[in-house]
Amino acid sequence: MSLSRAFFAVIRRDLVLALRRRSEIANPLLFFILVITLFPLGIGAQPHLLQAIAPGIIWVSALLAAMLSLDSLFRSDFDDGSLEQILLSPHPTSVLVLGKIIAHWLVTGLPLLIVAPLLAVFLGMPNHALGILLLTLLLGTPVLSLIGAIGVALTVGLRRGGMILSLLVLPLYVPVLIFAGNAVQMAGSGLPVDAQINILIAILLMALVLAPLPVAAALKMSIN
Amino acid sequence: MQTHSTRSLEGTGLSCIRDDRVLFEKLAFELVSGQVLLLEGKNGSGKTSLLRILCGFREPDAGEINWCGDAVKDSRFYAQMAYVGHLDGIKKELTVLENLRMSVALSSAGQYSIYEALAKVHLAGYDDVLVQALSAGQKRRLSLARLLITENVLWILDEPFTSLDKQGIALIETLMTEHCANGGMIVLTSHHDIDLPDVDVQRINLS
Repeated sequence: MSLSRAFFAVIRRDLVLALRRRSEIANPLLFFILVITLFPLGIGAQPHLLQAIAPGIIWVSALLAAMLSLDSLFRSDFDDGSLEQILLSPHPTSVLVLGKIIAHWLVTGLPLLIVAPLLAVFLGMPNHALGILLLTLLLGTPVLSLIGAIGVALTVGLRRGGMILSLLVLPLYVPVLIFAGNAVQMAGSGLPVDAQINILIAILLMALVLAPLPVAAALKMSIN
Repeated sequence: MQTHSTRSLEGTGLSCIRDDRVLFEKLAFELVSGQVLLLEGKNGSGKTSLLRILCGFREPDAGEINWCGDAVKDSRFYAQMAYVGHLDGIKKELTVLENLRMSVALSSAGQYSIYEALAKVHLAGYDDVLVQALSAGQKRRLSLARLLITENVLWILDEPFTSLDKQGIALIETLMTEHCANGGMIVLTSHHDIDLPDVDVQRINLS
């Protein structure tokens, strides 16, 4: 009972904080939109090429946007001592940390889902692939937050952890990128994508269960 | 707070090595309900390190810590302690009330309600104020208010008197005396001389 209260209190607190510091929501979203708009400008008037690589563009941009937003996950809590208080709580740290990750996804991952269809149309992606694109983003972006949290937890104690963080986390994002990008591509050609979606669901469930444990352990190490 | 049962915090053979420098070794102490343990020593003598070892943020390089006879990991230690460190552990974008509610949610409700605790630390009427609008001393009193609203027996305080004025210091000393009279115990470091006439104060000098 009180564990679920603590869990929801953490989510609520982080959402209130995000609303009061709006840049946290706006920056990754604007980055996502900007990067995608750069591609048509760089490639020039080649609508077919753009259409062909649209799934990849959207997913790579989502990956980078998620990367950019990761640092805010534990940084302010680490700097002001709130993280110490969370670790000292009698409740399991992994559950509280999962609350923080969920709040982080709601703030940085969910907005990508809302603008992605618009940008997909902009890149000329066929309409029947939009549903699958949204589904892959819905399944994939939480995984980015969950896996990324492990990297942030390991590097939050370092002064300049940004570069190490990307080297640590980006390779782990590769499976999500492969299956999600492939699913959207296949959906665009009208082929069945059940297998890719099932694998994405499996990755999400595994990350949901397993990621909070190393995050909690890494935070304990970083706080030292 | 249970006043009947006696709790104890016991450290044996503790040592801490930092960057090949021995800060302290073979340190032993025992603290029971109603007592205060004051850590003294010059800067860099390992006072904060010892507190962080007690909190479990650091592993001691040797020795062990027991809570009521059991190793800290196997006991209800974390449900019965509260820590106020160098960092306030409060969010400046949240209001006073939201910060304290979060602390209660992370632990469990204690002796005083949030409003009673705010009155006790002379912050009544500030509940809807964002913490970034508070002064340093008020922030400190707010983080100390956390000790009153959560259920705990052991207070671990790292320099609790920093940025407090004379009245603030007297206020915290009153709260500490009250806590010990109720069967609580306190481990603290302080540069100020503490004035607790009615409490059994043990002193450890680390230098």
